[in-house]
Amino acid sequence: MLCFLILVPVVFSLFTFLFTKTNDGAKSMALISSILTMGLAGYVSAQTYAAPMVMDMPWIPTIGVRFNLVADGMSGMLVLLTAIVYLVVMIAWINKEMPLPASFFGLMLLAQAGLMGVFLANDAFLFYTFWELALIPVYFLCSLWGGEKRIQVTMKFFLYTFVGSLMLLGGLIYLAMQVPSGDAYSLNNLIAAGSKLPAGTQNWLFWLIFIAFAVKMPIFPFHTWQPDTYEQSPTPVTIVLSALMVKMGVFAVLKWLLPVLPAGVAYWSNTVVILSVIGIVYASCLAIVQTDIKRLVAYSSIAHIGLMSAVAFSHNTVGMHGILVQMFNHGINITGMWLMVSMIENRYGTRDMTKLGGMASTAPVMAIALVIVSFAGIALPLTNGFVGEFMLFNGLFGAQIPNAMAMMIIAGLGVILGAVYTLNMIQKTAYGEAKAMVVAKDISVNEMIGVAIIITLILFLGFYPKPLTDMTMQVATALVR
Amino acid sequence: MNAIIASTVFGVIMMFSGILVDNKKTVTSLAVVLFLALLGVNGFELATADPKSPQVLFNNMLKIDKMSLWFNTIITASCLIYALLIGKEVRKVGSHVGEYFALMFFIVCGLYLLSTYNTLLMMFLGIEIMSIPQYILAGSDKKNLKSSEASLKYFLMGAFSTGILLMGITLLFGATHSFYISDIAGMLNNENLNPMALTGILFLIVAMGFKMSAAPMHTWTPDVYDGSPTAFTAFMATVGKAGAFFAFMRLFYGALGTISSHWTMVLAIVTALTLLIGNVTAVFQQSVKRMLAYSSIAQAGFMLFAILAMNAMAIQAVLLYSLAYCVATIGVFAVVVKLKDYTYDGFNGLAKKEPLLAFVATIFLFSLAGIPLTGGFMAKYYVLAALTKQGNLLWLVIFALLMAAISVYYYFRVIVSMYFKTGEPELSSEVTVTDKILLVGTSLVVIAIGIFPQFITDIF
Repeated sequence: MLCFLILVPVVFSLFTFLFTKTNDGAKSMALISSILTMGLAGYVSAQTYAAPMVMDMPWIPTIGVRFNLVADGMSGMLVLLTAIVYLVVMIAWINKEMPLPASFFGLMLLAQAGLMGVFLANDAFLFYTFWELALIPVYFLCSLWGGEKRIQVTMKFFLYTFVGSLMLLGGLIYLAMQVPSGDAYSLNNLIAAGSKLPAGTQNWLFWLIFIAFAVKMPIFPFHTWQPDTYEQSPTPVTIVLSALMVKMGVFAVLKWLLPVLPAGVAYWSNTVVILSVIGIVYASCLAIVQTDIKRLVAYSSIAHIGLMSAVAFSHNTVGMHGILVQMFNHGINITGMWLMVSMIENRYGTRDMTKLGGMASTAPVMAIALVIVSFAGIALPLTNGFVGEFMLFNGLFGAQIPNAMAMMIIAGLGVILGAVYTLNMIQKTAYGEAKAMVVAKDISVNEMIGVAIIITLILFLGFYPKPLTDMTMQVATALVR
Repeated sequence: MNAIIASTVFGVIMMFSGILVDNKKTVTSLAVVLFLALLGVNGFELATADPKSPQVLFNNMLKIDKMSLWFNTIITASCLIYALLIGKEVRKVGSHVGEYFALMFFIVCGLYLLSTYNTLLMMFLGIEIMSIPQYILAGSDKKNLKSSEASLKYFLMGAFSTGILLMGITLLFGATHSFYISDIAGMLNNENLNPMALTGILFLIVAMGFKMSAAPMHTWTPDVYDGSPTAFTAFMATVGKAGAFFAFMRLFYGALGTISSHWTMVLAIVTALTLLIGNVTAVFQQSVKRMLAYSSIAQAGFMLFAILAMNAMAIQAVLLYSLAYCVATIGVFAVVVKLKDYTYDGFNGLAKKEPLLAFVATIFLFSLAGIPLTGGFMAKYYVLAALTKQGNLLWLVIFALLMAAISVYYYFRVIVSMYFKTGEPELSSEVTVTDKILLVGTSLVVIAIGIFPQFITDIF
C-alpha cells in the first residue's frame, strides 16, 4: 500500500516524459497523478490514527538495508501535506502555458516521489537515497525554467545541499558500523547503537548529520542559498521547495537526529537554539527591507522555520507537538502565499512592491484571499497559524536550556516583525493608488479552487485543529522521552 | 588458465585478421565476437572453479582463486561493452584496426596475469605485457603531434617506473629471499623489519602508484589521456587502470598485509593527495576530455581506499568499484567521442539536438559523481563503508566526502552545458539506432548495479 505513494508519481512521470507531447496532455497527466496520490495519502493518513502502517521487504541484505516504509502520525501528516500541496499546484497551474511541459511536469512528479520516500523511509539508507532523489529533479526544474540567474543560483543551492548530504552519508555509515547485529540501517537499531555511543563521539557525529538538515531547513548561517533560489525558481518549484523540501529538514531532525544521538543533541541544543533565534530576528529584519514580494516571503520562511528548529531542540512535549502541527500549517500557508504572489506577478507583470497597488479595487477577490493568507502567516487567532505558533512558544517557554525565557522573548520579536513586513506588503499591494494590470482579470476559476482549498484548511484548522493534533499526538509524546 | 591462453590466441587472430579481411567493419565485428567468446571462457572458468582450493599453475607461479576469476570476468565484460560502444570509433583512428584490437587483447592477457600472479616475477611480467601495448595505442594516431607526444611521454615515464618497480622487487627479494607472495608474507614481521624491505615497499608504492596514476606520480596522466586518440583513452583509463589497481591490491593484501602499520600512513597520504589534486584540478579544465583524465585520477583515489581498509568489505568494494567505474567511464567516453569539439562549449545544446545522447551521458555522469541509484554511488558507498569499518582513518573518509562534493561541480558542468545552454554541437559521426540501443542498455546496467549491488559483491 505505502509503496504506491511512491510508485504512482514515478509511473505517471515516466508516462509524461515518454508519451505526452502537448501542454494539455502533460498537465492532465500530472493532475490525474496528483488526484490519485491525494486519495492514497488521505487513506494512509486516516489509517495512522489507529496504528502505523508498515511495509517491509529486503533490499540489499549484505549491508543490512531493507526497503522499509512506515507511516506513523508524523509521516502520515507530511504525506498528506505533500499530496495536498501538489494537488493545489496542479489545479492552479492547469491554465498556464510553459515551455517543455512534459519535462516540467514529469520532473515535478519525480520530486513528489522522492519527497514521499523521504517521509516514509524507516531505513537510513533508503532515507538517504530518497533524500538525494528528491533533490535531482528540483535541480533540473530550477535550472531549466528559472529566472535570469538560474544556473549559478541553482548550482550554489545544489552544492550546498550536496555537501550536507555527503556529510550525512558519512555520519550514517559511521552509525551503521556501530550496530552490532541485525539490519545495520533500520531506525531502531541506529537508535540503540547511537544512544550507546560515548558523549564525545556523539558530539562530533551530531554536526556530521545535522549539517545536511540545517542546510535544508535552512537555519542561520546555512541559509544563504535560500532567498536566491526561491526568487529564481519558477513558482511551482518554489512551492515544492518551501512548503515541502524545507519540511524534509525539520522532519529529519525529529526522526533521524533527536532520538539517535541524545547526548550530542543535549550538548549542542543551546547552540542550535541561539542560531535559530538569531536567524528569526535576522531574517525578519531583512524581510522588512525587501521590495520583491518573492524575496520577502523567502525571508519570512526562514523566520518561521527558525522557530521550529529552536523548539525542536527544546525537549518539550507541547513544543514538539507544536512543530508537527506547524509543519502542516506552514506548508499550507506558504503554498497559499506563493499562489498569491504568482497571481500578482501574472496580473501586474512585476513583483516589485513599489510598482504595485490598488488590488482591492481592481481585483477584490484576490485582495481578500491575500489578506486571509497573510493573516494566517502572522498567526492571527482563528487561523491555523495561531494554533501552531502558540504551541511552539509554549514549548520554547518550557525549554530545557539556559535562558529559555530570553530566547522566547527574542523569538517573539519575530512575530512582531512578521506583522510589520506582512501588513506593509498588504498595504502596498492591495491598497493605495491603483496601478495598471497587464492582464486585467480577477481570480480565475481554477485558481479560485486552489485558493479555496487553502483558505478552507486555514480557517477549519484555525477553528478546529483537533484532527491534526490527534494525528500527531502520539509521535510528539514518543519523541520526548 | 584457459582465459590467459584464449586472450593471447585471440590477439594473434586479430593481428592476422587485418591481412586476411579487407573490410574494417568485419574486423570490428570479429573483435566483438572474440571479446564475447573471452567472456564465455571466463564465465566457464568461474562456473567450474573449485571455491575451496584455488588452482595453482606453473610451479606455483600463478594462483587462480575465485576472486581473481570474478575480477577477470568483470574486466572482460567491460572490454565487451567497450568494443560494442566505441569499437566503431577505433576504425577512425587509422588503418590498422586489426592490430589495435590485437593490442587490446594483449593488454587483457597482461591483466589476467596481474589478477592471478603468485610471484613478483609474474607481476612484473603482467605489468609489462599490459603497459607496452598501451604505449603503442597512445601513439597510434601518427599524424597527430599530440598523440606522438603522449606516447613518448608515457613510454619514458613508464620505463622509469618499471625501473623503480624492479628495484623495489629486488630490495624485497633481498630482505626476504623469495619472490613468492606467501613466502614474503611469512618472512616479514613487525618485530625485526629489515630497512631494505621498507625501502622496497616504498619503491613498490611509487611504481604501482604510477601505473594507476596516484598523486604525486600522476603527472603523465592528463597529457597522455588528452593526447591519445579518444577511443584508446577510454580503454586505458578504465580497463588498464582497474587492472593495475587490482595488482596493487593483491600485492599489499597478500604479501605486505601483516606489516600494514608500516605503510598505511604513506598510502593514506598518497590517497588524500590523489583525491585533492584530481578533484581540484579537474574543476579548472576547459576540455571535457582533460576533465575526465583528472577525474580518473580522483577515482583512483577512491579505489585506494580499498587497500587501506584491508577487510572483506573492501574486496567487495574493489569488484564493485571496478565495474561501476569502467562502465560509466566507457559510457561517457562513448558520448564524448561522438562530438567534434571536446570543450565544455562543444557540448552546449546537446540535449536539444540529441536528447537521448544527453540523457545517457547524464546517467553516466551521475554514476561518476555518486548519485544514489547508480552503480557509482554504491561503489563509493562500499569503499567508504569499508574504510569506516576499519576505523583508524576516519579523517580520510570525511576528506573524501568533501572531495566528492567538489567532483559534483565538474561533472555537473557537462550537464549544465548539455541541458541549460544553447548551442549547435557538431557531431563527428551520426548516432545510429544501434548506438542508441547499446547506450541505453549500458545505462540500464549502471542503474542495475546501483539498485542490486549484491549480484556483484555476493558472488563468493
